[in-house]
Amino acid sequence: MTALSESGLRRLWHGLPWALALLVYFTGGGYLGLGTHALVMILFALSLDLALGQAGIITMGHAAFFGIGAYAAGIFASHLSADPLLGLAAATLAASLFGLLSGAFILHTAGVTLMMLTLAVSALLAEFANQAHGLTGGDDGLQLGRMAPLLGLFGFDLWGKTAYLYALAVLFLWSLAAWRIMRSPFGRSLDGIRQNPRRMRAIGTPVWRRLVVAYGLSAAMAGSAGALEAQTTRSVGLGALSVLTSGTVLVMLVLGGTRRSYGAFLGATVYVVVQDFAAEIDPFRWMFVIGLLLMAVVLIFENGLTGLGDAARRALAGLPRRSGRP
Amino acid sequence: MTQPALAVHGLSKRFGSLVVAQAIELDLARGARTGLIGPNGAGKTTLVNLLTGTLRADAGTIMLDGRPIDALTPEARVRRGIVRTHQINTLLDETTVCDNVAIAVAERDGIAWRLLRFARRWRACIDEARSRLAELGIAHAVERRVSELPYGEQRLLEIAIALALRPRVLLLDEPAAGVPSLEAHAIHAALDRLPGDISVLMIEHDMDLVFRFAREIVVLAQGRVLARGSPAEIAADRQVRAVYLGRSAS
Amino acid sequence: MIDATILLDGLAYGMVLFIISVGLTVTMGLMRVVNLAHGAFAMIGGYVAAMLVGAGVSFFAAAGLATLLVGMIGAVAELAVYRPLYRKGELAQALMTFGLTFVVIASLTSGFGTGIKTLPLPAALGGVVDIGFRTYPAYRLFLVAVGLGLALLLWLLIDRSAYGARLRAAVDNPRMARAVGIDVNLLFTVTFAGGCALAAFGGVIGAALLPLEPFYALRYLVLFLVVVGVGGIGNFKGSFLAAILLGVIDTGGKYLMPQAAAYLFYGAVLALLLLRPNGLMPAKSAT
Ligand SMILES: Nc1ncnc2c1ncn2[C@@H]1O[C@H](COP(=O)(O)OP(=O)(O)OP(=O)(O)O)[C@@H](O)[C@H]1O
Ligand SMILES: [Mg+2]
Repeated sequence: MTALSESGLRRLWHGLPWALALLVYFTGGGYLGLGTHALVMILFALSLDLALGQAGIITMGHAAFFGIGAYAAGIFASHLSADPLLGLAAATLAASLFGLLSGAFILHTAGVTLMMLTLAVSALLAEFANQAHGLTGGDDGLQLGRMAPLLGLFGFDLWGKTAYLYALAVLFLWSLAAWRIMRSPFGRSLDGIRQNPRRMRAIGTPVWRRLVVAYGLSAAMAGSAGALEAQTTRSVGLGALSVLTSGTVLVMLVLGGTRRSYGAFLGATVYVVVQDFAAEIDPFRWMFVIGLLLMAVVLIFENGLTGLGDAARRALAGLPRRSGRP
Repeated sequence: MTQPALAVHGLSKRFGSLVVAQAIELDLARGARTGLIGPNGAGKTTLVNLLTGTLRADAGTIMLDGRPIDALTPEARVRRGIVRTHQINTLLDETTVCDNVAIAVAERDGIAWRLLRFARRWRACIDEARSRLAELGIAHAVERRVSELPYGEQRLLEIAIALALRPRVLLLDEPAAGVPSLEAHAIHAALDRLPGDISVLMIEHDMDLVFRFAREIVVLAQGRVLARGSPAEIAADRQVRAVYLGRSAS
Repeated sequence: MIDATILLDGLAYGMVLFIISVGLTVTMGLMRVVNLAHGAFAMIGGYVAAMLVGAGVSFFAAAGLATLLVGMIGAVAELAVYRPLYRKGELAQALMTFGLTFVVIASLTSGFGTGIKTLPLPAALGGVVDIGFRTYPAYRLFLVAVGLGLALLLWLLIDRSAYGARLRAAVDNPRMARAVGIDVNLLFTVTFAGGCALAAFGGVIGAALLPLEPFYALRYLVLFLVVVGVGGIGNFKGSFLAAILLGVIDTGGKYLMPQAAAYLFYGAVLALLLLRPNGLMPAKSAT
């Protein structure tokens, strides 16, 4: 092990999740659909990590943006164009605009009030989708027609191979962006706002404006995730906007660990896999497992599964406890 | 006489029936070293909150270099140069000492909106933060988290952050409060070396420190300016003795 | 007289909201713990009562037993789950109680199946009553009466009794309260149990308006949170006012413009929360 320098080791570590994702592509077979879903949820959880993990916006309504992205992609595909990338762009834009707009209204508040406002906004939106039958299909949801080939070259095949790589590519690009945002001066100021808004005001930070922008960015990512979900499953339902979806993504993120390079990756993957296995036995059993996991995260390993991994590595290497980010 | 850096006229504020600031008049000349003293609950911190805009005044005006700033948000006032420290440490506890200052520098220079192409500018913020911390004698702690820092050094960090913002008017809310006397000399040294052109208003209960630091002293009681004058005048003022010095001695 | 119907129905619905939400006002407002499992306690109450009624127990006895049982479960939950949470942040509290809700939903559905549970009303509440200018369902009048009675009782208990004074002291300054001989831990356990019992009671007697189904604990949680938030977190009178106001708005919307009822409801909630972020009646400590 001494042959590898520390930075080389770290690079290896960063490449690992992506290598695994490619491995799944070649060996996944019948599980590619599930894999695509996992990639989508990772992106969704990553978007929440920006809003909640980094900026401390406690939201119980993040499904609003996922749902807007999903419906926007669905509506775009049915009425405007079957091109997946145009649909993705439109959905991302729609979600981010809604994020900026709703954020501008609600981000004056904090804590429990903010939690309730995010809930109310997403409930309002879900109700809108339910009623606007002509646009959203209401209870029945939307079925998307066949997507046009990606970049005009790669058709969406029956086995979901193109869909998987498409989701992986979008996730990769967003991950790079998120990674950069979180380490930028902007991201650091968000981290400061999460820790102590009063301190940030005292150094002249326009806290509200910065949170609104962060919320808009996070909404854009969530919208992309929703669009991917709609395009790869070729359907959108009211579930995309539901409180359960908001709760689910929270669970995924916290399970993996907030503000950690691969927290969202690990949490979303574990969740999706556990849900798939447990749901085959009994559709409600998985809720039991996830509920217990969530409670364990809060009580026992506060930094999520990635935090647990860090602790284990430290224990193995006999290293002193390190502060700050990995 | 030249124009004061900060001028306050008729500043008033009440919380319900409690009057915490009543028609306060206050001038800070450029380079002023003014002490603000008064018993607990006199309204000293409230006055700082009014000046920084954290609290909205009920009446009165605040002028910075002859221009009213009453309509400005707290962050706009910081950008104009009104900077404060806190009576109770208000820091980013999970962040390193260095980053606490660097984030302030970034905010000052308008880099904090940067999402892309920031690496060089951020490094410059870090370098400035390090040198400022070294000047205050806490170079050894730059990479530690704030929560691991002794209390006295946290107080010093409050001052370091404020100075990093290049203040014109610096409002120090009990900078040495709660610091054991062994650690206090570092804070005293920092106060002595504040740049001469900054106008400083310092709230403090430690009379030795106030009388050593201030060239003018303002006494506040129940939201009113009770007396003002040179340290010698204040020390001799019978009313002040009765209301304030007498009580704190008992 | 369509207007009177709307008002009365809205009032009855508002009372159900109040009875369930007031428990949340206790746990979230007074004890300051973000309690997303509140709907789960109401749900347990409803399911237990449905089982008892199904086994031949009378409606009122079932309501009493379910309330008692959930109160005891609440006491255990306070000791095991909530106590470690008091010192943690809002997010940890939200997640923990969310997890608890998942566990409750999964347990109830595995024990009682995934269908909607019916809780038939007793004959005494099934009929209509002449209220002077018209007749009106006895069940809804019963809800209004119970809600009003409970509001009065709680007002006496919280604002006027030694228990209320102790509770407020314990919440404001636990250390001081301990110093003057108040058993803070016991007080919290009892209070939390009471909040849960109220939820269960509301879940049982309101089951005709808020049907018992597997996602009850999540579906109506939003509603309960909203009542507490709109009323002013920690303020009983605020919760009472908010519950009735929202009950009438929702019912009125459903009668007058069924297409837009939900917009009206959530729109009103948003407007109220934005205009008065601390609620209709902010608690005194929250300035
Ligand atoms: N937000 C507020 N709402 C109501 N009352 C307040 C508020 N802030 C301060 N007060 C009250 O105003 C009075 C003045 O408070 P302030 O903090 O300005 O005093 P101070 O002079 O700084 O005292 P100390 O020396 O203890 O720091 C006190 O009685 C305090 O309780
Ligand atoms: Mg003070």
